[in-house]
Amino acid sequence: MIVYLVRRLGQSMLAIMAMAVLVFAGVYFIGNPVDVLINPEATQADIIATTQRLGLDKPLYQQFGIFIWNALHGDLGTSFVYGRPALDIIMERLPATMELAVVALFLSVGIGIPLGVWAGLRPKSIAGRTIMGGSILGFSLPNFWQGMLLILVFAVILGWMPAGGRGETTEFLGMQVSFLTWDGLSHLILPAINLALFKMSLIIRLARANTREVCMQDYVKFARAKGLSSRRVVLVHVLKNIMIPIVTIIGLELGSMVAFAIVTETVFAWPGMGKLLIDSINLLDRPVIVAYLMLTVLIIVAINLLVDVIYSLLDPRIRLSEMKG
Amino acid sequence: MTEITTNAPARIDSPSKRIFKEFIEDRIAVVGLLLFVIVALIAIAAPWIAPQNPYDLAQLDIMDGALPPGEVSFATGQTYWLGTDQQGRDMVSAIMYGLRISLLVATVSLGLAITIGTIIGVVAAYFGGKLDSFIMRIVDLQLSFPAILIALILLALLGRGVDKVILALVIVQWAYYARTVRSSAIVERRKDYIDAARCLALSNRRIMFRHLLPNCVPPLIVVATVQIAQAIALEATLSFLGVGVPITEPSLGLLIANGYDYLLSGSYWISIFPGLALVVTIVAINLVGDRLRDVLNPRLQK
Repeated sequence: MIVYLVRRLGQSMLAIMAMAVLVFAGVYFIGNPVDVLINPEATQADIIATTQRLGLDKPLYQQFGIFIWNALHGDLGTSFVYGRPALDIIMERLPATMELAVVALFLSVGIGIPLGVWAGLRPKSIAGRTIMGGSILGFSLPNFWQGMLLILVFAVILGWMPAGGRGETTEFLGMQVSFLTWDGLSHLILPAINLALFKMSLIIRLARANTREVCMQDYVKFARAKGLSSRRVVLVHVLKNIMIPIVTIIGLELGSMVAFAIVTETVFAWPGMGKLLIDSINLLDRPVIVAYLMLTVLIIVAINLLVDVIYSLLDPRIRLSEMKG
Repeated sequence: MTEITTNAPARIDSPSKRIFKEFIEDRIAVVGLLLFVIVALIAIAAPWIAPQNPYDLAQLDIMDGALPPGEVSFATGQTYWLGTDQQGRDMVSAIMYGLRISLLVATVSLGLAITIGTIIGVVAAYFGGKLDSFIMRIVDLQLSFPAILIALILLALLGRGVDKVILALVIVQWAYYARTVRSSAIVERRKDYIDAARCLALSNRRIMFRHLLPNCVPPLIVVATVQIAQAIALEATLSFLGVGVPITEPSLGLLIANGYDYLLSGSYWISIFPGLALVVTIVAINLVGDRLRDVLNPRLQK
């Protein structure tokens, strides 16, 4: 187990290093790094001072070393727009994105699994076909357009929900969250559905395919033959066995939800870090872009690592084949 | 698929004929294919069949701005079936031109990504060893990050432009093809006909691309149909976010983004109709792709 863990950790470090090199290359090779990293409105003295502080007058390998050194110390540059450390600004926005992603994940699991199992148990029924048709639609409708339709229907036409923003927030476990007040919840619900729909389609398809497969197995047939209620067969025998692949997907999808939140946050003007990224791209606030990338890479790599480790604990075969390969 | 055919086949069809026959058994897939052909024809023929050139400012009349669907132009008397945008641009024409750019970006990037991915995948599978594991490490690394994130990074650094969007899509997509081709090529490589080709002392290049590659095509086609739908959606998303194609060459995604500002004031048609065109295109491709996956999957063959 320890060998596997060390090996997997090494891979994760490698992934982070590779992304750091790419981001470094992107910032330092494409265009002049002085323009990229220093506020265009800075004075000549400022430019010289910052150039020296960032070590832009040093050879490239030393610059890369400084970039990594600063990054390890949480210094990813200072935002041009806000005039504060880029990382601080992103950390302020992180809870909003995390709240959105977690709520969306709960929605997609809570709705996706029952629908998928239902469609898997009765693949030929009208309900089963409707669910599958809906999931193809959920796959095909681009995320941002789904969001716009939600706004058009529920905010503009029906007027039930606000069209954007985050609404009232309260303090919860040291974080600002919006799901505890009615105002906050009403702002949260549409973006969360928007972010959840794509994953929900994915989970429906996965749950359906696995349910169909599990239903063919002898132990399910046997359970039915034994006269167990179909409720018990589904809840105990089927559900337990379809959960392993679904749990893996859920873990991996949490990372991509953080990335997809960029789109949802932009559509709904949700003040998370995805919206911050798009705003920063439009304002050419490069230090914030760099900081966002490094942080997101770190989050995704950490989630992937966690999922792999949990999975190898659940299923020893993975561990063995990885160690050989 | 599951129904049992009682009549035994009298003769064996060629693979392409069999695939075609099985494909048209599913009516929904045929509808999808027809829709896609129509969409593609509209995109190709847009400059000749569009009621106006939406980017020739001389043909626009600001008096016609933001007309709802079905209104008649004050100046020329033409009917705007899907309304106009703020500049008085006919939405039918704008959608036709937008479709053209969306499909152009998607197909060019698809072609490049397939070519690059296939070559890399075949080479990795054929030579194996360190080269193979090195290439697959890169592929795994890249696929562990969401495509939209990678594309966004690239475009944030490169700036807007049709060529840059294509470049970003190629970089995002090549890994899928490389992995697909490699996994089927690694199975094929062990078969006798490759050994036979080796015994004939054919060059590596000839074996890889004339013997190995043709046998890896079916899974490649399935991945390609899924990926082209993804590419269209991704391009639209990037353009919607404002990092994709420039304003002078708007794709469907950019049209939707432009209309988004007017959505809240009730001018729904400026963003909803381009969106519908986008959705029809993607759904049509996905329907075809779903059916192709069934037809080309050897495990489901009768």
